[in-house]
Amino acid sequence: MFKEDTICAIATGMGNAGIGIIRISGSNAVDIAEKVFFPIRDNIKVAEMKSYTAAYGTICDGENIVDEGILLLMRAPHTYTCEDVCELQCHGGMVVMRKVMEAVVKAGARTAEPGEFTKRAFLNGRIDLSQAESVMDLIHAKNEFAVKSSLMQLRGDLKNVVENLRETILYNVAFIESALDDPEHYSLEGYPQKLRAIVDKLVTNVDNLLITFDNGKVLSEGIKTVIVGKPNAGKSSLLNMFLGEDRAIVTDIAGTTRDVLEEVVNINGIMLNIVDTAGIRETSDVVEKIGVDKALDYVDNADLILYVVDSSVPIDDNDMQIIARISGKNVVIILNKSDLETKVDKMLINSYISGDIVEISATTGEGRNELYQLLNHMFFEGKLSYNDQLYITNTRHKNELMATRNSLTKVLESIDMGMEEDFFSIDLMDAYEHLGLIIGETARDDLADKIFKEFCMGK
Amino acid sequence: MPVVEEYYDIVVVGAGHAGCEAALAAARLGLNTILFTISMDSVAMMPCNPNIGGSSKGHLVRELDALGGEMGKNIDKTYIQSKMLNASKGPAVHSLRAQADKGHYSRNMKYTLENTDHLTLRQAEVSELIVYENEIKGVKTFSGGTYYAKAVVLCTGTYLKARCIYGDVVNHTGPNGLMAANHLSDSMRDAGIGIRRFKTGTPARLDKKTIDFSQMEEQKGDEHIVPFSFTNTEEDIKREQVSCWLCYTNEETHNIIRENIDRSPLFSGVIEGTGPRYCPSIEDKVMKFPDKNRHQIFIEPEGEYTNEMYMGGMSSSLPEDVQYKMIRSMKGLENVRIIRNAYAIEYDCISAIDLKPSLEFKRISGLFGAGQLNGSSGYEEAAAQGLMAGINAVMKVKGKEPVILDRSQAYIGVLIDDLVTKETFEPYRMMTSRAEYRLLLRQDNADLRLTDIGHEIGLIDENRYEAFCLKRKLIEEETQRLHNTQVGGNSKIQSFLEENGSTTLKTAATLAELIRRPELSYEKIAPIDDDRKELPNDVIEQINISIKYEGYIERQNMQVEQFKKLEKRKIPDDIHYEDVSNLRKEARQKLMLIRPENIGQASRISGVSPADISVLLIYLKMKK
Repeated sequence: MFKEDTICAIATGMGNAGIGIIRISGSNAVDIAEKVFFPIRDNIKVAEMKSYTAAYGTICDGENIVDEGILLLMRAPHTYTCEDVCELQCHGGMVVMRKVMEAVVKAGARTAEPGEFTKRAFLNGRIDLSQAESVMDLIHAKNEFAVKSSLMQLRGDLKNVVENLRETILYNVAFIESALDDPEHYSLEGYPQKLRAIVDKLVTNVDNLLITFDNGKVLSEGIKTVIVGKPNAGKSSLLNMFLGEDRAIVTDIAGTTRDVLEEVVNINGIMLNIVDTAGIRETSDVVEKIGVDKALDYVDNADLILYVVDSSVPIDDNDMQIIARISGKNVVIILNKSDLETKVDKMLINSYISGDIVEISATTGEGRNELYQLLNHMFFEGKLSYNDQLYITNTRHKNELMATRNSLTKVLESIDMGMEEDFFSIDLMDAYEHLGLIIGETARDDLADKIFKEFCMGK
Repeated sequence: MPVVEEYYDIVVVGAGHAGCEAALAAARLGLNTILFTISMDSVAMMPCNPNIGGSSKGHLVRELDALGGEMGKNIDKTYIQSKMLNASKGPAVHSLRAQADKGHYSRNMKYTLENTDHLTLRQAEVSELIVYENEIKGVKTFSGGTYYAKAVVLCTGTYLKARCIYGDVVNHTGPNGLMAANHLSDSMRDAGIGIRRFKTGTPARLDKKTIDFSQMEEQKGDEHIVPFSFTNTEEDIKREQVSCWLCYTNEETHNIIRENIDRSPLFSGVIEGTGPRYCPSIEDKVMKFPDKNRHQIFIEPEGEYTNEMYMGGMSSSLPEDVQYKMIRSMKGLENVRIIRNAYAIEYDCISAIDLKPSLEFKRISGLFGAGQLNGSSGYEEAAAQGLMAGINAVMKVKGKEPVILDRSQAYIGVLIDDLVTKETFEPYRMMTSRAEYRLLLRQDNADLRLTDIGHEIGLIDENRYEAFCLKRKLIEEETQRLHNTQVGGNSKIQSFLEENGSTTLKTAATLAELIRRPELSYEKIAPIDDDRKELPNDVIEQINISIKYEGYIERQNMQVEQFKKLEKRKIPDDIHYEDVSNLRKEARQKLMLIRPENIGQASRISGVSPADISVLLIYLKMKK
């Protein structure tokens, strides 16, 4: 539902820029800033800061110092949104900015919807009317995108896990409500203790999801992809084709590996984390062996392997070594150099290793669309998915999960306090709705449907 | 040819639970009102279950009473058993239910109608609407009379083109064999109103003399009676109560049903209407829940001066011989005689999304709809709508703003908002889980929530209002005092706490803090509270609830605040959704269909996303 509360968002790009800005807007913006930002100089009180002044201090999440930085405080109405606005300027980089965001959310802000700052600016009369249409376009486009990308992340396992959690919750609420609606038919005798065990398990499940989130956030958000092939097969040209073509470099992830370049590319909305490896071959050279071992390591952990074959020369022993290492994995075979005369038989390759074959010329770009289509197809077929584990990389999702956990904890508290059963369903329904926001479902009528479906009511 | 031609302020069509409330409200507010019924013997008739109230429906009746409606008073006069359901649960789901003496209930309501000023009762079938330039002008009866009016309230219940069905027997009658109204829905259709067909059903009535009650479990009423009406005390209405009886279906019953399911008119396609899932027939239950080897059936008296017994839980449309077989397969009913068969009833109704939240038709000014006509089910749901439609017909005639209760004020608000906002595809029944703010919408505080509004409308007289204001004042003052009175950890207090199994105090605490402890209450802490004065029970109840559940109530109050912000943002009547670029197609279609009054209502329409709401807000701002 639409709300007019205090919102926050990362205002700078998620790349490794030097400075990151988290912007907070709304009537509680100053209160929230006060909860997370502690000026170094004792005589500065955040609540008393004048409009358009700044302070230097630490940014904390509860007891923990997350970063140090600058608070810029602007009071309504002379701000972009015409509301109180606080900007926390911290160090750049995804990890730090996310931690600051989390602290701000815990202090009471809500993650902004796409375009929400602009929308507020408009609704509060800050932007003139001629800009209104473009604001609507923006909200529309951004929402479409958010829905799409959010669903992308939610393919497969995670969606199932969330749906299962919701199903359990809804079933139990429906049971409670049936018993309240028709107490002469359904009894809640002994039910609270049963529910306690169920909710305990739900909390554990939510915690597990939150842990994968914490692991996931330092990792990239795409599908782990490795390009392999013998030297000169055209691995680098392929990578350059991906990169040059789409202007699709989102960011290069530093820190995970220093010696191998990892690129994130976006192909029709599918995020690939691509690692270009050194050639794989038997070697006695100690230094080279380290590189090869590393490459093999990547191969073992990859979700997708792009195996580049130089089609202008016949398959050789080196190819056979590579095939031995990658067979049984999710492989796309790329016959590169289709502009030259082909010396490789597709049937022959497929007799060594199964996998779709695409012919391209990384230098001319020929066959590129076919490759993209294939990847697209594999993605929607489910052959390709984001990481094996359930990485929930989206902050919004984490916030909703934390809210879910919070509501479930309240249910446990109510049970332990001996509250009446009807109180359980209030918090259970809250948990249900928070989980719903993760998978983009908000309907409340589910409950009535569930009651009628599962429980036999009736006079 | 001379014809009957009369002039009224308000015409009410149908004297069921909706029509009675609508007519009484209109007449009591001083407008000349005529109430039509197909039979004067079926005023306020209860053609199905013999009770009023129950989970969430009890809330509706209490609210209706706080606004100045009649149903609560009428059931208090005519109940034969009373029970507070869910008494061991939280106060939000306590629900009052009373068994009624059906005949007595109906006669009493009729008597009240007959003795209300400005109200005329008339037995006639209304067959035609008089509509001129999208405005209602009156109605015509089948006998040729014309009745002009400034507003018309349709409360036609299940009578429009009604068919009663069991097995292959089809009777073209309304409930209980009463005449159906076969003309009005055609006239409504001509006036551009969409008509649909719903279905509901009722169980058989049994002869008390042929039932072996020794085989059943007795269900007695409560010892302490809570009246429905806030104008009554327990002493005012206390009387001897009669019992209901619990028995069960069994495997044999279920086998009989399974063997004969092909003879069900639902199966053969004779029934076209959509029935409610919450009130399934026994054959539905058996087929849908094959794992259940028995179902509860309540045998309930239809009144004190009749041997007819209602079979709660056993509605059916199976053929007569199957009904006999299945009922006689049950313990205690081996030799039973059926007095009336169970049947399904099909009827014409409208889609309530054609109505405004005032229950006025969007496209016909001055025409209102209430009750089962709007696609609801239940006496209480009907009465609640009837009262609101009656009040708003009066407001219309007087040129005043309609009275609209929102979802944070009353179950009545939830009911009407759901009906006019969400497309329902089965008869709509109230449930406590439909109310988002049910901790605030309790049956015990209906008067605190709504008496001001009832008084302002003019249906709550000064005496009652003064008594109410006194009650409110007592609650506020005493709650304040409990919050402000501190007790220290002296030996008297500590030993009191120990005696009551409560932890002793380390620092001073307020009396309110002590009351909040699960093991204590306002009554229990009397020994350590010397300054208290004598207070009535209903005042004490409010004090206990407001203190004990303060945290939860506070949370819901905060949610209500958010909710109200959106309700306040009105959408102009003349908005052109075609002009709002960037709405998604589905959202645009739904908005055009339902035409919500405000942003809050718009956000509750299924298929309208938060992004669409943003787009709408920006559009509205641009237009200003």
